Amino acid sequence: MDPECSQLLPALCSVLADPRQPVADDTCLEKLLDWFKTITEAGSSLLLLQENPCLLGLLCHVLKPQDLSPRVLAFSLRLAGMLAAQEDCFQYLQGDSSLFVASAAGQLLVHILGLSLQGAAEGHPGLQTGDWPVCAQKIVSHIEESLRSAATPQITQALNVLTTTFGHCHNPWTQVLWVRLSPLVACLLEKDPVPAAHSLVDLLLSVARSSVLSSSSCGLWETLAQTLSHLSPTQAGPLALGILKLQECPQALRAQAFAVLLQPLTCVLEATAQAPGLLDSLDGTGGASVTVDTLLPSKAACVGLLCRTLAHLELLQPLPQRPSPWPQAPLLGATVTILRLCSGLATPTSDAGGHLCAFLVGCVRVQRAALDFLGTLSQGTGPRELVTRVFAVLLEYLTSPDSSPTVLKKAFQATFRWLQSSPETPGCSDLDPHAQLFLRELLPVLPKRLCSPCWEVRDSGLEFLTQMIGHWGGQAGFRRALLASEVPELTEQLLRDPESYVRASAVAAMGQLSSQGLRVTPASPEHPGGRQKSLLAELLRILSTDSEGFPRRAVMHVFTQWLRDGHADVAGDTERFVARVLQVASQDLDWEVRAQGLELALVFLEQTLGRPSSHCPYAVTPPVAAPPSPLAQALRPLCRVQLFEFAFRALFDCDRPVAQKSCDLLLFLRAQTASYSGPQGSGSVPEVASVEAALQRWQAGDQGQPLGYLEPEVVVAVLRSMDLEGLRGVLAESSDRVEKSPQSLLQDMLATVGALGEDEADCY
Amino acid sequence: MPYPFGLRRFHFGKGSRQWGGPRKTAVLRRFESYSPHSSPPATRRSYPSIGGSLWLKTFTLSHFFYKLKLGFTSQGGFVSQLPLLPVRAPNLTMQCAQIQINYYYVGLWTGHDFHSQFPSFATCSKELKECSGHVFVDSVPEFCLPETELIDLSTVDVILISNYHCMMALPYITEHTGFTGTVYATEPTVQIGRLLMEELVNFIERVPKAQSASLWKNKDIQRLLPSPLKDAVEVSTWRRCYTMQEVNSALSKIQLVGYSQKIELFGAVQVTPLSSGYALGSSNWIIQSHYEKVSYVSGSSLLTTHPQPMDQASLKNSDVLVLTGLTQIPTANPDGMVGEFCSNLALTVRNGGNVLVPCYPSGVIYDLLECLYQYIDSAGLSNIPFYFISPVANSSLEFSQIFAEWLCHNKQTKVYLPEPPFPHAELIQTNKLKHYPSLHGDFSSDFRQPCVVFTGHPSLRFGDVVHFMELWGKSSLNTVIFTEPDFSYLEALAPYQPLAMKCIYCPIDTRLNFIQVSKLLKEVQPLHVVCPEQYTQPPPAQSHRMDLMIDCQPPAMSYRRAEVLALPFKRRYEKIEIMPELADSLVPMEIKPGISLATVSAVLHTKDNKHVLQPPPRPTQPTGGKKRKRASDDIPDCKVLKPLLSGSIPVEQFVQALEKHGFSDIKVEDTAKGHIVLLQEAETLIQIEEDSTHIICDNDEMLRVRLRDLVLKFLQKF
Repeated sequence: MDPECSQLLPALCSVLADPRQPVADDTCLEKLLDWFKTITEAGSSLLLLQENPCLLGLLCHVLKPQDLSPRVLAFSLRLAGMLAAQEDCFQYLQGDSSLFVASAAGQLLVHILGLSLQGAAEGHPGLQTGDWPVCAQKIVSHIEESLRSAATPQITQALNVLTTTFGHCHNPWTQVLWVRLSPLVACLLEKDPVPAAHSLVDLLLSVARSSVLSSSSCGLWETLAQTLSHLSPTQAGPLALGILKLQECPQALRAQAFAVLLQPLTCVLEATAQAPGLLDSLDGTGGASVTVDTLLPSKAACVGLLCRTLAHLELLQPLPQRPSPWPQAPLLGATVTILRLCSGLATPTSDAGGHLCAFLVGCVRVQRAALDFLGTLSQGTGPRELVTRVFAVLLEYLTSPDSSPTVLKKAFQATFRWLQSSPETPGCSDLDPHAQLFLRELLPVLPKRLCSPCWEVRDSGLEFLTQMIGHWGGQAGFRRALLASEVPELTEQLLRDPESYVRASAVAAMGQLSSQGLRVTPASPEHPGGRQKSLLAELLRILSTDSEGFPRRAVMHVFTQWLRDGHADVAGDTERFVARVLQVASQDLDWEVRAQGLELALVFLEQTLGRPSSHCPYAVTPPVAAPPSPLAQALRPLCRVQLFEFAFRALFDCDRPVAQKSCDLLLFLRAQTASYSGPQGSGSVPEVASVEAALQRWQAGDQGQPLGYLEPEVVVAVLRSMDLEGLRGVLAESSDRVEKSPQSLLQDMLATVGALGEDEADCY
Repeated sequence: MPYPFGLRRFHFGKGSRQWGGPRKTAVLRRFESYSPHSSPPATRRSYPSIGGSLWLKTFTLSHFFYKLKLGFTSQGGFVSQLPLLPVRAPNLTMQCAQIQINYYYVGLWTGHDFHSQFPSFATCSKELKECSGHVFVDSVPEFCLPETELIDLSTVDVILISNYHCMMALPYITEHTGFTGTVYATEPTVQIGRLLMEELVNFIERVPKAQSASLWKNKDIQRLLPSPLKDAVEVSTWRRCYTMQEVNSALSKIQLVGYSQKIELFGAVQVTPLSSGYALGSSNWIIQSHYEKVSYVSGSSLLTTHPQPMDQASLKNSDVLVLTGLTQIPTANPDGMVGEFCSNLALTVRNGGNVLVPCYPSGVIYDLLECLYQYIDSAGLSNIPFYFISPVANSSLEFSQIFAEWLCHNKQTKVYLPEPPFPHAELIQTNKLKHYPSLHGDFSSDFRQPCVVFTGHPSLRFGDVVHFMELWGKSSLNTVIFTEPDFSYLEALAPYQPLAMKCIYCPIDTRLNFIQVSKLLKEVQPLHVVCPEQYTQPPPAQSHRMDLMIDCQPPAMSYRRAEVLALPFKRRYEKIEIMPELADSLVPMEIKPGISLATVSAVLHTKDNKHVLQPPPRPTQPTGGKKRKRASDDIPDCKVLKPLLSGSIPVEQFVQALEKHGFSDIKVEDTAKGHIVLLQEAETLIQIEEDSTHIICDNDEMLRVRLRDLVLKFLQKF
């Protein structure tokens, strides 16, 4: 610890120990703990305590019964635990109902248990708990007592301690502990309702994941199976998911867990009785048939359980250990049915279905969860009839005026995923006829969405469009359908939308449309003779005049992409394009725009120096790509577009990411020019000196004076003379390292309570 | 239609009426029930009273509906015969059969020989026209009057108007039924109601048509006509539109009221209008006595639109809440519909097409204009003109700006800035919105396309909208967007078929949907809910939609048309005032902690349903005169009263007291109601019950008096 901090520490400790002083917020205490952690990891905790007796004073002080804030208590406990990792024997507190204290005390118990058994049980894996050190035995007895307690908070604490133990300690003694405690844990299952079910689930999963325990020998699988059947559907869901995620697990248990997870969907299919075939295949997973009335009794229960189930299944779907065979068709059927129930489209014939419908109609939460899951299900295949239903329900959601903006966004995302997964026609890179048919119905919907009074809807419509063009922009069927629609024209109009997010999305979409040659240039009667304004000019207008950052950033992305791809508008006069863009970007107030300007500069640089772009290996080779030699010749275009002026300015940018990016670019350039054997002694050229002087002024903050046109030789000389590596080192350090220093933290904390001498003021 | 629409146009409350002689005093009477539809002879009760009689009619709240029957118009040479359809009005009591879609059209002239297709109707073939397979009646517009068979409107005392959409039939009642009562409504209701009627009259009178079809109404002919003509009900009662004179006369009978204002009705009940959140000045009504409260909730909205928000708090503690006038399109969310409206409007105009919005001159149009105000810039529509054409367009736009106190909070605060509460003022100022009384005159010179036109009538049977349908109907670039939920757009369009223009249906109905009803009922917690039968079951076309019905506990009491309901409460108490000098003379005696009793001798004076206890008149010396006294001058017979007793007799102590007084051989038996004390020796029985004590002994008066005095010792006297 540096002396400045040592000086501040006693004052801080006395502030913390004083219940009357307002304590800094949790974040400060967390940061303080982080700092102590780095100190204890780097050196001896004992030394720390010896050098700073105020710490010991604080820890002793908090043990006295007093009105300390729970956060200071928790902080002290955690500090004690941290120090105890090396220097054991700190007393611990228990019984405080405060969440912070309980959690800290629990963690401390785990540390002490681990430490006390480290020496004793290591050499003797078979050592029974009766032979454990007294300290460990006391802890175990305490846990046992808590597990037997009738009070749920105590049971919860005991379960949490055990969860942490099995999660962190992977020594053989944990198995001994489990064997001793598992009967007590099993006893909890006999209570109705099962107390502290969430914590119990966490514990069982923690035990099941433990590499030390041989699950078969200690009855874990049986306990898990028993728990699955005892817990309520809502509580059993996370356990079922956890079991299914286990790498090794008996097949029967997996089947049981999967059945639990599928139960709500089975119920939905059963209640709507739309496809008995689907129902059979879900039932086949071994779940007991449960009726809607018991599983989904109220609206809140129904919505909550369905959302959780769908989210669990969504997590499970992409995992390699997911159940096999995966019931893709029934899941699709159930999800589509839920979506239809939510939109009031389904016409259930049974009473149960009617109730379900009444619960779900218009429920945005379930709609979002179901659309997310439906999107995930696009990774698998499904019977043609079901896929048709999927597209039908998606179209219904995209069309319905009642779809909320968030639901619509999810519907767009799911639609894109399903279109993406639809098979391509053999021998042709076009969409399959089925998807084409869908697209024909979808495209008339899109203009309406792009005209929505709700900006979120316009925005998600544009995002969807951008994705679609990116994926199918080259395919004839899609191009025909798109060009026949009003979409391209509307998109262009949205470049002037009042909402900046929409303008940004419109910029991205227009960039894509233009790249794919899908921008409409009509000579319509409405625009007689009026030559359509060039998109490049329009985007440049946005870059130079838009008051919001998002559209300007979007323009920079589009320009970079255009440059990379050799877009026709750019390829005509690349130098002029780059020069203009860099000039505008360099004056932008938004650092992301300037950073993106460097990205564009890098692309230009790579193209100019003839190095194939690492970003887009399939890009059309731009016509400006020149042979690498002679270097001076190659550097000349860079000089003409004033790339160096832009990069040097960025090097001293007040925003670190910009400076770092520029530094990287210049280092790359210097490496490229390493072999250059230009006129020696160019450092003596007066131009170089003046450039260096100007750069020094820039670094000092005076960026008023431009560099003007630089000769390649001057650039190379300046690059060689600069300490770019050193600069990179400085930039690599956090720019707010000063603010983040422990000294600053201590000062801040003291300042908040006015304990710093200089802040004391004689005032009333 | 997916839902029984038509639950809208009118509702009137009919109230109490003074009956007979001067209103002096009346006996205490009870207000027995509120019934949505009472049959007059059955519910009419008269109570004899001193100095005259007052018959207070039971309150009956009902929706009346009128049907705008056939119409036509011939304007500007566009069309010679045009169709009409009924303006379905909600009838609180309508049954399914009666709200089915009955439309009667005047057919567009198509040149078909109708006679040859329906040879048996040669007699009325001139009245019937055919268009695209539908048969229409060619006639001057006629309107179906409010229900008059169930109730004699001349006996109605009070009409309470909930909102301006509910008063369109008022002139028929006030001018032609002998009605002499009072009508209560808020100021905006009256002013905007006047505008709606004025527009209607103007539309009708502008194009006078001599012919009134009547032959088809002959029952023998009507039943043979194709549906829906044959299903039309009470066609013989349909009447032509009223005149402006009748409108003015009707409106002059309205008494203006403000929200939360308490109006005494004959001392029997108080009525109070509360904001219902649906339209400017729209009201729910509380009808209450001292001990009972009935809320009448009709045409209410919980959405944040321009009117003052719904006052829910005042509806609490209702014994009965009568709920009607819910949204007619429960599946259409107004927000989504406004979105659809804007998107379709923008798409049409961008493609060079025109948009026609058939609408009323007040109400949703204010919200639509506000929405467009925010939207047009984002949609790049700043240069598109918006035209609002109605004989009352100017008044409507101006009225909306001056009713600040009736507006939502946001709009009210604008007034103090000062800014106009509605942004349409700015649209007008910047020439984006222009309004005209009709197509003729300035409009024809200003008119440029593409444009958006708001005009009436939403039935498409008359008004300037007819011209635009003719003008724009043939081009697929144009769009007609229906926003008023009163009419089936398909039926409205039927006589214009075939049409090339696009038709969009975006019904915007901000009234309560079933989810909001359930929220409201949870908040207000009335003891009982009474509503039309249709609300207690899902709509027939969507029988699985259990969410589209009222779900409350206890289940709502439902009623059908012409059903008389006894509301589930009884009047048990009346409030009686005690005159101060009488109160001064009372000497209360505490019989239990917190409970004191006093005897009072007084005269109960009842007048206008107010009851007052007055000191009894001092006995006057007989003057010896021989004049006959008037019955009312009789002095109550003030005999010396025996003291009143209270308290209970503790049996054990009573037995001890008996023994002390020399009685022996006492036996006590418990009975269901108390005890029997048997004095076996004296052959006497004392029956002690909660509210009585009987001493039964044979012919021994001395013994009875002794025992009585013993009993009295245990009781308090006052």
